Amino acid sequence: MAFDAQAERNFKVVGTRVLRPDGIDKVTGKAAYGADISAPGMLHGRILRSPHAHARIVSIDVSEAEKLPGVKAVVTGADLAQPEDDAFSDVAINCLARDKALYDGHAVAAVAATSKSIAKQAIRLIKVDYEVLPHVTDVDEAMKPDAPVVQEGRALETVPAGMSQNVTTHCQFGHGDLEAGFAKADKIIERSFKTAATHQGYIEPQACMASLGNDGRGEVWCCTQGQYMVRANCAAALGVEESQLRITASEIGGGFGGKTSTFIEPVALALSRKAGKPVKIVMTRDEVLKATGPTISSSMDIKIGMTKDGRITAGQGVLRYSGGAYPNATVEMGAQAAFAAYNLEAVETIGWNAMTNRPKEIPYRAPGAPTAIYAVESVVDELCQELGLDPLDVRLMNAADKGTLSSYGPTFNEIGLVATLEAAKAHPHYTAPLGPNQGRGLSCGFWFNFGGNTCVSLNINDDGTVGVVEGNPDIGGSRASISMMAAEEMGVPYEKVRTVIADTSSLGFNDITDGSRVTFAVGLATIQAARAAIKEMCRRVAKIWDIDEDAVIWEDGCAKPAGPNAGTHPPMTLAEIAAIAGKTGGPIAGHHEVNADGAGVSFGVHLCDTEVDPETGAVKILRYTVFQDAGKAVHPDYVEGQMQGGAVQGIGWALNEEYIYGEDGRLQNAGFLDYRVPVASDLPEIETVILEIPNPGHPYGVRGVGETPIVPPLAAIANAVSRAAGVRMTELPMSPPRLLKAITG
Amino acid sequence: MRYVKPESFEAAATLLRDEDGISRILAGGTDVLVQLKAEMVEPDLMVDLKHLPGMREIVAEDGGFRIGAAVSGAELGEHAALKALWPGVVEGVELIGSSQVQSRATMAGNLCTGSPAGDSVPAMVTAGAVARVQGPDGVRDVPVIDIPTGPGKNSLSKGEFITSIYLPARPARAADAYLRFIPRTEMDIAVSSAAVSLELDADGVVTSAQVALGAVAPTVLLVKDAGEALVGSKLDETAIAALVSAVEAACNPITDKRGTIEFRTKTAGVLAKRAAHIAYTRAGGQA
Repeated sequence: MAFDAQAERNFKVVGTRVLRPDGIDKVTGKAAYGADISAPGMLHGRILRSPHAHARIVSIDVSEAEKLPGVKAVVTGADLAQPEDDAFSDVAINCLARDKALYDGHAVAAVAATSKSIAKQAIRLIKVDYEVLPHVTDVDEAMKPDAPVVQEGRALETVPAGMSQNVTTHCQFGHGDLEAGFAKADKIIERSFKTAATHQGYIEPQACMASLGNDGRGEVWCCTQGQYMVRANCAAALGVEESQLRITASEIGGGFGGKTSTFIEPVALALSRKAGKPVKIVMTRDEVLKATGPTISSSMDIKIGMTKDGRITAGQGVLRYSGGAYPNATVEMGAQAAFAAYNLEAVETIGWNAMTNRPKEIPYRAPGAPTAIYAVESVVDELCQELGLDPLDVRLMNAADKGTLSSYGPTFNEIGLVATLEAAKAHPHYTAPLGPNQGRGLSCGFWFNFGGNTCVSLNINDDGTVGVVEGNPDIGGSRASISMMAAEEMGVPYEKVRTVIADTSSLGFNDITDGSRVTFAVGLATIQAARAAIKEMCRRVAKIWDIDEDAVIWEDGCAKPAGPNAGTHPPMTLAEIAAIAGKTGGPIAGHHEVNADGAGVSFGVHLCDTEVDPETGAVKILRYTVFQDAGKAVHPDYVEGQMQGGAVQGIGWALNEEYIYGEDGRLQNAGFLDYRVPVASDLPEIETVILEIPNPGHPYGVRGVGETPIVPPLAAIANAVSRAAGVRMTELPMSPPRLLKAITG
Repeated sequence: MRYVKPESFEAAATLLRDEDGISRILAGGTDVLVQLKAEMVEPDLMVDLKHLPGMREIVAEDGGFRIGAAVSGAELGEHAALKALWPGVVEGVELIGSSQVQSRATMAGNLCTGSPAGDSVPAMVTAGAVARVQGPDGVRDVPVIDIPTGPGKNSLSKGEFITSIYLPARPARAADAYLRFIPRTEMDIAVSSAAVSLELDADGVVTSAQVALGAVAPTVLLVKDAGEALVGSKLDETAIAALVSAVEAACNPITDKRGTIEFRTKTAGVLAKRAAHIAYTRAGGQA
């Protein structure tokens, strides 16, 4: 759907900072999150998890647990169906292990009991006979031919000689003559990087309440980024039909991509089916960190050649990612995104994925891109240092622009990278003085963005208000943005519109809330649904006025006569039309169904100043500014929030967050004490600069903004720290012990 | 689990002595409740002592202060006279946990938990603080340094618990300071830490110095050599270098998820040096 080619659209609602619709409920505690839902007769579910990184499950004896008074059901992997489709099968096996426990924390059995304490006792009565197997948690180790094999039979069909069966994905992107490119360079730098797995760190642990009867009909209430995804996963894992499951998404306490899969809902349904009662499962933080999805961990080699005046002549990257114990293609997005900010004659990226005894990777904002771009932007920064060049000028000289053949294949349309770089260059932050032990870093960031399958219904209520029904849980302010776009299009005040999120039985299929797609795709469908409703209202008014349909136009929330033969009729407001809808043909609604494309890629640039304590390796973030192309910022507060939040999560990833595994393959820091997300006092005010280069694929020019902001921080901070410390940092996180070691040699 | 609020210290001691199962003492509760939530322990008996006489009081005694075992970090931080006398002890206690935890957490609990990283312990040790211990057989006074015996362990016998901690009087030109290293700015556990307590003469020369280290050995260490390195100096470079070497030599840390042996040793020296300078300035010394 094309950008509205109006010379200058005067937005009335879009672009303002209206009150968020969920604020009062959240502040007063009324908002119903996953754990807030209860039902009569409800049981409490609890999951037994593997204490081993890798073990064959020889047997599970649940008889003692079943005998405990108050225990109503016990289930194991044998109680779930075995879906033929690999993706569904992996989800089911991840919910309850079958033959092997694949990582520390892998679910192996579950109980439902009349109280939490009985459930806890029952878990201890389950006897699992494990045969402990050798494990592997490091991606480089996992690729070696003699590595323990995490899952047999999942290897890439053409695993090259000298690689383990753990290797499940291989990809290659690029164009041009690398050899010729590197030959033209005055300076070539080749570096290897490693990054630790990190967790999304959403504040609300996964929680659900589920009910499934012997008749095969079920209900699930859960916190998720996609109720239709939960339905599909549950239907496959339980062997029931989708029409028989109704999934309702609760209010959600953060997702960041981490709630785009299913961990407990099929378990709760299986328990409920056995017990004949509703079952609630609420994960603990320990379980969330051990068994829901962290990001990939990575090991990367980057080689870039540059002329002495700053032209990049060639870029090459090899990315080795591990998405945990299952095949995983996140490396493909990393390999595509790595060099996306540059207009290059010769570029190649190669990606590999290897299975390790870690939890299944689940997307985390721009999955795969932050690490790859961290490595590339670190080498570009080092080349600038070595050649004595301004890092912003070098980025501008090499920046991708409209017409650039991107490093991953497509030719770019309208993109905002150059404008974003120029805004950074003009900003006072870029030239502010630095003190001793301080350094400034910058990085470009990129994300593809996504459109996807979308349904929207828009109802004209008889009192002249508007109800929008959409199918995507709101993790970033989408209800406000959708209401604003509906209000804009209908010409009614924002307060007259309410947007609600439908359950799976009340609206057609919607893709999950991912890919920064909702404000773009659901917004687009909402605008189309509004236009359909307007068209119907104009038709009704044409009947009343007894004139041709095309002689009625819609302006400022009213139907008006237009054209030479329309006559002189006083305008009819939306409320007036709605009030008599019953007399003009019945209720008025608009709807739209689309698989939206044209999402429009998004670029950002981050500037960061740090100070390093050379005696302790402590890093202080002094100043941080985010520049990003939002296409059109529908609700600037939310856009700024996305930009700030991405920077903050990136600061955590860069400095302290990491999955730490012991020699025994067990996760050592499954809690927020030792899994260190930044606290408020760690952070400066994150400054934001929104640029608006309209996306040609959306009527208002909207681009997704939710993921790009987490892409640049890793390199921006690494570059700032490397310059402040006088030593190039090539491993994340740059925790104080690691940084002090690099400084002291 | 039985929860009991005994009517006297003696009754509490007897109750604890006679319990066959696992017992826990509740003062601030900021460690016990976390252990319960994490299912690390399921006590059979929980004895609450907060309400007993003196437990929530700070009382002046012989020029020093007696601090009840249930006095919170926040209460210590608001006690101007105590803060003036032992600023390092108070800043150590105030680093424990969040604002919410500060309203409950106690020095006595921090001490009995036996963590080598307890933030209140190094400065209590350099202060020469003494714990008053109630047991089934009566009351005894124990120097704070003798309470912890290793990670999670202390020297108290079955039925014994701390009722108060005494911080002694000190001369006019004297002060202490405590610093810890954490990867964040708050809400964290010390990777290494150091407390320094100094007394100066009229010329600003150090006449007495105590240095204690946290998180670099199974218990908090009082490093005599490190203190002696400062005596007779105005913290010149030589004295500081000797302090740092003595501290580094005394460290006996482990490598774990929070830090390496190398990192803990190096930062302990850095923190001791910085804490010494702060204490010196607080004591009225001219740097």
